[in-house]
Amino acid sequence: MAIISLALKSLLNRRFTASLILVSIALSVSLLLGVERLRVESRNSFANTISGTDLVVGARSGAINLLLYSVFRIGDATNNISWNSYKKFSENRMVAWTIPISLGDSHRSFRVMGTNRDYFQYYRYAQKRSLTFHQGQPFDQVYHAVLGYEVAQQLNYRVGQKIIIAHGAGKTSFTHHDDKPFEVVGILSPTGTPVDRTIHVLLQGIEAIHKDWVAGRQVAGRKISAEEALQKDLTPKAITAFLVGLKSKIATFKVQREVNNYRKEPLLAILPGVALQQLWDLMGVAENALLMVTVLVVAVGLIGMLTVMLAGLNERRREMAILRSLGARPGHILLLVTGESMVLSLVGVTIGLLLLYGSLLLTQPFVESQYGLYLPITLPSLREWFMLGLVGTSGLLIGLIPGYRAYRYSLADGMSIRI
Amino acid sequence: MPQIPAIQLRDLHFEWRSDLPEVLHIPKFEVTRGERIFIRGASGSGKSTLLSLLAGVNLPTRGEVKVLGETINRLSGSRRDHFRSDHIGFIFQLFNLIPYLSVLENVTLPCRFSQKRKQKATRSGKSLIDEATRLLAHLDMADDTLIHRPVTELSVGQQQRVATARALIGAPEIVIADEPTSALDSDMRQAFIRLLFQECEETSSTLLFVSHDRQLESLFGRHIALDEINRPAQGDH
Ligand SMILES: Nc1ncnc2c1ncn2[C@@H]1O[C@H](COP(=O)(O)OP(=O)(O)O)[C@@H](O)[C@H]1O
Ligand SMILES: [Mg+2]
Repeated sequence: MAIISLALKSLLNRRFTASLILVSIALSVSLLLGVERLRVESRNSFANTISGTDLVVGARSGAINLLLYSVFRIGDATNNISWNSYKKFSENRMVAWTIPISLGDSHRSFRVMGTNRDYFQYYRYAQKRSLTFHQGQPFDQVYHAVLGYEVAQQLNYRVGQKIIIAHGAGKTSFTHHDDKPFEVVGILSPTGTPVDRTIHVLLQGIEAIHKDWVAGRQVAGRKISAEEALQKDLTPKAITAFLVGLKSKIATFKVQREVNNYRKEPLLAILPGVALQQLWDLMGVAENALLMVTVLVVAVGLIGMLTVMLAGLNERRREMAILRSLGARPGHILLLVTGESMVLSLVGVTIGLLLLYGSLLLTQPFVESQYGLYLPITLPSLREWFMLGLVGTSGLLIGLIPGYRAYRYSLADGMSIRI
Repeated sequence: MPQIPAIQLRDLHFEWRSDLPEVLHIPKFEVTRGERIFIRGASGSGKSTLLSLLAGVNLPTRGEVKVLGETINRLSGSRRDHFRSDHIGFIFQLFNLIPYLSVLENVTLPCRFSQKRKQKATRSGKSLIDEATRLLAHLDMADDTLIHRPVTELSVGQQQRVATARALIGAPEIVIADEPTSALDSDMRQAFIRLLFQECEETSSTLLFVSHDRQLESLFGRHIALDEINRPAQGDH
């Protein structure tokens, strides 16, 4: 088309301004898509934190609170569950497996979690992936520990290392169970979930280090050594929470009701998928705010284009009059000016897309190692195509504004060219 | 069979806006085919306005504009635009060229809008570029380095010659020149007009030349003052 090739040549003639517009559109588009990618991938990774677990059971409190401390190791339980209650539900005929969880201690700001060997067999994350060992093997003794990948990485621990567990969860915990060191027997492979930041020991290990503690304090004069502790009954009296896998998903609500109506102790059972969704919705506000900001950035880019196009229009009235004298129709004039913004927004969107993939390629390893977030390099999603289409269309619609003005000018000016 | 006149005006009235005084009222005016006519008029007397009516860019408030036998004020907007690109070549006073196109692209520009002129320009089997180069050479613009310069770097005289080549390409029946020489010095003026005559002769185009400069009128076969044919209602008359 003759007019589009004129529009291209006119843009090329103003290549400096045109490239500035392109840069601003491209940057804003790649920012928009980048934020969208991060949002979707962090949502996926979030939803991948736990899988295959039908119910999470803890002392009665809020659903999100339970999810936070049992799955994300954030915050603390308000109450414990008695061992008897746990025993009762783990023997329920609809239950396939349970994983007990006992929290409360830490090591250098990493949470220590007491559990049993079923954890390595039944725990699932992402798309039903099970835990695998990077080094070593599961624990089989009271004073054994298995580290999450990130714990080992950050503290530079290896299999065979001895570690001391601190009482309480803070970084500045001054009471240490230093009389009962644990030996690292295994390190898990990375999962991109809170498992990476957890130190796992047997429930009996947690029990052993607290044998000579009463009400959160070590009782003076009643010290029990590591070996002495092994002789005692190390069955825990209480745990913090437990995960439940059912034989059939159909029973989920039935078992949940049974737990919630349990008379001997106030308990709460939650469906992790539902609670994850609730938690994500809480964060959705920030997520939406971020998206809004990037949408505004794109709008600013497009308004920049509008400003430049409008500012240049007056100088181009001569050009329009010449074209009119050569037989150009007023519609051609509209197309000439609108065509420029069409080209600018299309090329801008394309460069933005290339920028996105370029920066994904560059930052992918870093983001994965630093934030445990894997950013796959895939074709744009339907939603992303829609966003791109929306930016392109807005560019086109915005281009109609100077186009229409040029059209009006060319009708009013005719061929009378003022200098 | 009598030849159809190039231009016929009948009882033409024109005002830019209803609140402004009438600029033109021309009861009768004719230009025959192949004529070279000079129209003189003071600045602001309505010369350019008349030309825009002949080109069909503006429409008369009343009356009739016939160009090559076609009553163009009865045509639809797009038909008028087509008619203009097919039959009329224009040369303006200054800044005739599209700054972002090369010399050759400027010259061949009318052929982008008119299939008819493209066909005429390439009739003898030559390419458009050949025809543009030939026209430029006739207008003393044969120099290869000149042709490949950005048009903004050409002198005013050179720019006007490029504009002339553009007005002539594809041999339009009518060439309209709106004070094309007012930015040139007097030696160049004469030379420019001679070249223009030569080319119009070759394509047997009708030439309509308006200017406020009386010195040039003796070169033309016919010359009139706009005032002689124009009696606007609220003018000085
Ligand atoms: N686009 C326009 N809108 C309104 N008035 C105009 C326009 N163009 C010209 N005029 C007026 O019409 C009159 C004739 O102008 P013009 O035809 O340009 O004169 P000339 O070409 O003889 O110098 C002037 O009074 C001018 O102000
Ligand atoms: Mg004028």
